[in-house]
Amino acid sequence: MNTAAAMTPTSYLRSQTRWTPLEIAFWLAAFLPFVLFPTHLSLASQIAITALFALSLDLILGYAGIVSLGHAAFFGLGAYAAGLFSKFVWGEPLTGLLVAAFVAGLVGFATSFIVARFKHLTLIMITLGLGFLIHEIANAAHWLTGGTDGLQGVNIWPIFNYFRFDLYGYTGYSYSLAVLFLFFFLSRRLINSPFGLSLRGIRENSTRMAAIGADSRAHIRKIYTISAAIAGVAGGLLAQTTETVSLGSIDFQRSADVLVMLVLGGAGRLYGGLIGAIIFMVARDQFSGINPQFWYFPMGVLLVAVVMFLPGGILGGLAKLTASFRKKSP
Amino acid sequence: MGPIVGVLFDGFAYGMLLFLLSVGLSVTLGMMNFVNLAHCAFAMLGGYVTVTVMNNLGWPFFAALPMAFLAAAVLSVVLERTLYRRLYRAGELDQVLLTIGLTFISVAVAAYVFGTLQQPIQTPSYLRGSLNVMGVTVGIYRLFLVVMGLAVAILLVMALEYTRFGAQVRASVDNQRMARGLGINVEGIFAITFALGSGLAGLGGALAIEVVGLDPSFAFLFLVYVLIIVSVGGLGSIGGSFVAAVLIGISDVAGKYYVPQLGAFLIYLVMIALLMWRPQGLFGKR
Amino acid sequence: MRRTLLGAVGVAAALLAASGAQAQNTIKIGLIMAYSGQFADTAAQIDNGIKLYMKQKGDTVAGKKIEIIRKDTGGPNPDVAKRLAQELVVRDGVDILAGFTLTPEAMAASDISAEAKKFMVIMNAATSIIVTKSDFSARTSVTLPMIGNTAGTWASKNGIKKAYTMVADFGPGHDAERSFQEAFKAGGGEIIGSVRMPVANPDFSAFVQRAKDLNPESIFVFIPGGAQPAALGKAFAERGIDPNKVKIISTGEPVDETALKAMGDIAIGRISAWHYDYALDNKLNKEFVKAFNAEFKRNPDFFSVGGYDGMHLIYEALKKAGGKTDGAALIAASKGMKWDSPRGPMSIDPATRDVVQTVYIRRVQKVGNELQNVVFDKFENVKDPTHGKK
Repeated sequence: MNTAAAMTPTSYLRSQTRWTPLEIAFWLAAFLPFVLFPTHLSLASQIAITALFALSLDLILGYAGIVSLGHAAFFGLGAYAAGLFSKFVWGEPLTGLLVAAFVAGLVGFATSFIVARFKHLTLIMITLGLGFLIHEIANAAHWLTGGTDGLQGVNIWPIFNYFRFDLYGYTGYSYSLAVLFLFFFLSRRLINSPFGLSLRGIRENSTRMAAIGADSRAHIRKIYTISAAIAGVAGGLLAQTTETVSLGSIDFQRSADVLVMLVLGGAGRLYGGLIGAIIFMVARDQFSGINPQFWYFPMGVLLVAVVMFLPGGILGGLAKLTASFRKKSP
Repeated sequence: MGPIVGVLFDGFAYGMLLFLLSVGLSVTLGMMNFVNLAHCAFAMLGGYVTVTVMNNLGWPFFAALPMAFLAAAVLSVVLERTLYRRLYRAGELDQVLLTIGLTFISVAVAAYVFGTLQQPIQTPSYLRGSLNVMGVTVGIYRLFLVVMGLAVAILLVMALEYTRFGAQVRASVDNQRMARGLGINVEGIFAITFALGSGLAGLGGALAIEVVGLDPSFAFLFLVYVLIIVSVGGLGSIGGSFVAAVLIGISDVAGKYYVPQLGAFLIYLVMIALLMWRPQGLFGKR
Repeated sequence: MRRTLLGAVGVAAALLAASGAQAQNTIKIGLIMAYSGQFADTAAQIDNGIKLYMKQKGDTVAGKKIEIIRKDTGGPNPDVAKRLAQELVVRDGVDILAGFTLTPEAMAASDISAEAKKFMVIMNAATSIIVTKSDFSARTSVTLPMIGNTAGTWASKNGIKKAYTMVADFGPGHDAERSFQEAFKAGGGEIIGSVRMPVANPDFSAFVQRAKDLNPESIFVFIPGGAQPAALGKAFAERGIDPNKVKIISTGEPVDETALKAMGDIAIGRISAWHYDYALDNKLNKEFVKAFNAEFKRNPDFFSVGGYDGMHLIYEALKKAGGKTDGAALIAASKGMKWDSPRGPMSIDPATRDVVQTVYIRRVQKVGNELQNVVFDKFENVKDPTHGKK
């Protein structure tokens, strides 16, 4: 993209933070569902929430190289926190999200000490184990969480005491989209900061990073905590927009699904999680609408096809294609 | 002595089943670093082949077992040739996506062809019931599982230590580049090892029906246990898988007996503790 | 402000679309179930019951055609269930919501049923409080307290003094445990111990051994169907607990058809309390089983009868309400409705809108060449004991 002319780190970062026309188009298109698909707004809302969740995973997986198979633990913790907060304290949604972020972030911080010490398969399995443990705790504490029956009594007030969560999903989608954009914006700033660069350095070669004086473990703990908090916000959003919380928000299936979505879209590209979430959830909705019993089949074919033809996920594959295209044209 | 011995034996037998399901993945993961999350789909295939062969063709149990092994091995060769080998150089995430996609497909196919019902089989009558050994009641089928597990473990270790092929496998696991440099056909070795590992998974799936049942969700259900054993045992180590499986099987059962409230937690706590103590696994390299 | 205006326009458009569909003499029923995933077989059997009913009685009721739309939740996902219910009402314009394999699905959809005032029929989910969440819902399946309570009462009245309980550690399991223990103690029995087992548990020997250590006179069991019942039965046999010496009392799932086939003769002597079995000896059931086998090549189970009776309720309510599809008319028509089902006589309680039916006490015996649950006692007009108490 840029020529080999000398570029200072600051000017590099500054060039990365400029918004490309494609990005602007993407976010403008996010308003289309209001006009084109007004009866699909609750699906759109859940896609936005999942996209936020995938974004949080991208921060640790795509940028810091931590593959987590237990990230739903933070999503679920946020969901339960927001739900319980509205049940026992008050139902104001924005403070509920703060509580969700805090609870998830706290647990993320605590577990980050373990997570930062390991790599590769060991790390994957430890995140898996932690995820299962937290799931079991949620199940065991059924007097608090409602266990398999789900949390009852979640009651969310209208936003700013005016926008009620309606049957058609207008408020829900607007709310989810706004929160998604906010955290996307913040994440983008984070990634394109010196901290973000050092994360990429850790992902590529953590030994070297230590040699140049960057404290890898502290960086990893920091990004893991941030990622956990954002996942918690996503969970809180789901709890608030659907007024339900169940073990399905904290189980292995959810962790595995979000990982698949992120890889599908292309990790490490900030938009990969968003694209992956959109494609996966729309595909699942369409396939299961056509055949509710066997939709796994076309889903599996889609995943295999993407891997074979678009290595590095959809965005990765497209990037390679456009690069080779540019090479071919004179 | 007393009742705990019977319970521990059951845990040991369960561990043997998990060993059979996991050993293939441990070797292939350790050797070629290929993340094959479709491993349990091969196990499920072995199970369904056994059911079909026994219920529809009327074959006896012991004739069905080799068929389960073969079917899984053959399918693994086909998939390896067509899909897997394109991704050897690719990142782990791509491999994860491919193999999860394949598992999705296998689950849908199983549900479509066999339906969603549990598939029962009639194991031969001499394998049913229980024996009384020194005051402890042991299930005969579980005894059979223990014998199978030990036999497979011994066979594999002997093959690894005393045959030329085994030496080549060991070389490829230890240092791929060097092995290639010595003229060992690493790709070929891997293809055979992969077929063997998947075949063993198929065998494990067939043996599991009597103990844990079979339906299309098998492919995902056991994946987690297999991954736990592979990581705790150490990649590329047969002994590691064996010890890890026994450890997990016994601690799971002992935990449930002494502290049932901890029931589901224990297996994950044990795993995390073991991994924190020895991150490379009990018998892993590096 | 603009958003609300846009919202109002959108609502008007959607309603227009929805009401347009309704004007066309079709009655749409939205089925929300876990068609894929672990509970797929349950959903398949409920669906089979529905399909059989529609085949037998036709797809026209009160002069209008019945159209079914099926949606998959993939498992216990209330957020998905809620969204699907929302879409069914808003996008597809359904008149009736039905199905519900699992409790979280039913609970979430109840919110939509209450808000949009749609008639809702719960064909499977078994937790007591579900029917209290929407005034327009009725249930045609069963509740665990109904069964546990009956089992406890029967046991204490039939010479059993002490019991040990073993249940799966989740909502329905706790319901079963609590209701059995309460009824058993009320009848003069003593609970000598209990254990809760993890839901996805493949190996029961440790728990069975714990039970055996206490030398119980009887054991009450509840675990969900699937692979576990056979594993538990085998664990009992391996640890030396003989159903002919120790009374093992359970609900229906631990001794369902698949479990009996897999367990073989070691299941003989097992006692259970349940509301349906394909071997029930009444005329309607014999015809039902025959028709079911002809259509689907397998026996029906309590899931199928829940779906079958659910459709019956919908059809009869529609007839009684003269084809009107609003929630108030249909629920009013449902209250107090009585009919004869393959499971025996049943009705919908007008006060609670929950199912009222006969609970049978059965024992596993060899009938001809097969193992079956043979009825030897029954309790009629059983209601869920928890309504009105909490």
